[in-house]
Amino acid sequence: MTTLFQQLINGLSLGSIYALLALGYTMVYGIIKLINFAHGDIYMLGAFWGYYTINFWHFNFIFALLSAMVVCAAAGVIIEYFAYRPLRHAPRITALITAIGVSYFLENGMSYLYGADTRDFPQVIKQVNYNLWGVRVSNIQILILVTACLLMVMLQLIIKKTKMGRAMRAVSVDPDAAELVGININRTISFTFALGSSMAGAAGVLIGLYYNSIDPLMGMTPGIKAFVAAVVGGIGSVPGASLGGFLIGLLETAVQSVGLSAYKDAAVYLVLIIILLVLPAGIFGKNVKEKV
Amino acid sequence: MKANLKYNICWLILMVAGFYLMNALILVGVIDSFLENMVVTIGINIILAVGLNLVIGFAGQFSLGHAGFMAVGAYATAIIISKTPTAGAFYASIIVGVVVAIIAALIVGIPTLRLRGDYLAIATMGAAEIIRIIINNLKITNGPSGMFNIPQFATWPVVYTMVCITTIIIVNFIHSRGGRAALAVREDEIAAESMGINIFKWKLAAFVLGAATAAVAGSMQASYLQTIAPNNFNIMESIAILIIVVLGGVGSITGSFVAATILGVVDAALQSFGALRMVIYALVLILIMIFKPSGIMGSRELSFKRLFSRKNKKVGAKS
Repeated sequence: MTTLFQQLINGLSLGSIYALLALGYTMVYGIIKLINFAHGDIYMLGAFWGYYTINFWHFNFIFALLSAMVVCAAAGVIIEYFAYRPLRHAPRITALITAIGVSYFLENGMSYLYGADTRDFPQVIKQVNYNLWGVRVSNIQILILVTACLLMVMLQLIIKKTKMGRAMRAVSVDPDAAELVGININRTISFTFALGSSMAGAAGVLIGLYYNSIDPLMGMTPGIKAFVAAVVGGIGSVPGASLGGFLIGLLETAVQSVGLSAYKDAAVYLVLIIILLVLPAGIFGKNVKEKV
Repeated sequence: MKANLKYNICWLILMVAGFYLMNALILVGVIDSFLENMVVTIGINIILAVGLNLVIGFAGQFSLGHAGFMAVGAYATAIIISKTPTAGAFYASIIVGVVVAIIAALIVGIPTLRLRGDYLAIATMGAAEIIRIIINNLKITNGPSGMFNIPQFATWPVVYTMVCITTIIIVNFIHSRGGRAALAVREDEIAAESMGINIFKWKLAAFVLGAATAAVAGSMQASYLQTIAPNNFNIMESIAILIIVVLGGVGSITGSFVAATILGVVDAALQSFGALRMVIYALVLILIMIFKPSGIMGSRELSFKRLFSRKNKKVGAKS
């Protein structure tokens, strides 16, 4: 029983990172139908920003987290402006290749500038382990879970309650109609990228704290897994992305805990394929009927 | 048959001429081992890109799992010719790889091809990763460290011949009844179905044919490079093939040839830039996509037919 709860805690903390990343994928996909391959690299940028500000400017954790969110939001908006906006009306596969190009650019640009070696993330918060009924919980795990949940609630509020959030939902339903009722599409899309990228930046700082090591290629695998999470949850759906992230995190730790860690990625993809076959639009996705 | 005889003979002459040109350049010493390596890599990429172009560009099914089938072919060849290093075993291993890849493509394709667009892409990507992870954990494939000292049977003439054979098979498929059915599926599934086309069958046919050619390319790579590891066949490899297809133009076979050649040459030319190489490569990729969104060739083809009919028109206009 205790091992079950132990794995549950580990899975939830890993899952909250995936969930934060998946939110960015799902929002961008919902609004411009683009798989933003560079999203995982924004998360890497966030982790590096945290590394530099904590090491050289001696930021505390909250400040590092918030500044990483702002910087990543700016990076997301800049990428959207230069790389994706010119391709708004191009075939979707072209935009996808551009996103892959941006991803290569960020990964290799960072390797070129700062070297490809792995670095230790500064331990800005001292790790303390609590023992709750035999289950070992570290303060960092609690911090990750609380921060992630807080950010997700904030995001949900922004999308549901603010004017900009309403504009985002309108553009994702029908961009042309949204433009007709006076919504500035470019600004709305930029805002979406800013929101999604800031979540990725926060996830980057949190993962640095959790795993203790960062490198320029760290965004690749979590990025793809987070996208899988977004698809499992139903891409385009914000609660779906959170749920998918937690699901993937839990699944990974579960497979790992039964001693099949070599197959943990395979299990994730297998579950993805099975879910897609049963629910072709993901758990919370809407199945759009095609009209003739 | 008769109508296209002239053009087919032109292509045949081009193929044979290309072969002898390569041969002559190697004899004279213009093409050294570095350039030969580049040419063979381009050839392997052409096989892969043409196969993926059939799936994406002609059948309209967005597959991101090409590297998985390539891995199947590569490991079939590697395992077989490491045990029995003869030329006969090499050719048999290509066939074994193709057969296993076809079975794998059927297992992957039958359930997933009912998905659409990006969902299909992510599902095929997952399937390819599962293939890679299985290879990564098997004993016979030597696990994550991969296989090395594979005998080299795939010299450049073999690769060249394979490029020609796979391209001919795919182009013939595209121009057959089945290929036209696949094109109809790409344009509009519902309309195609209402015309009596079994959409699932032709989607699967294109997918399986693409997978079979990917296995051939994998066999070539295993035997030419002589070392393979599971990580050579990860998502990034699938994406690299996708880049060639999109850069050349989705739905243009000659476009894939052009793009594979350009990327191969650029890659070789940037070899001396070290760490900056991939940064430049990424920038070039982004810029090409922004300024030429439909790829180098769009969906057009270089064809002798058009060349001749243009000439005839000019002659006709004069008289």
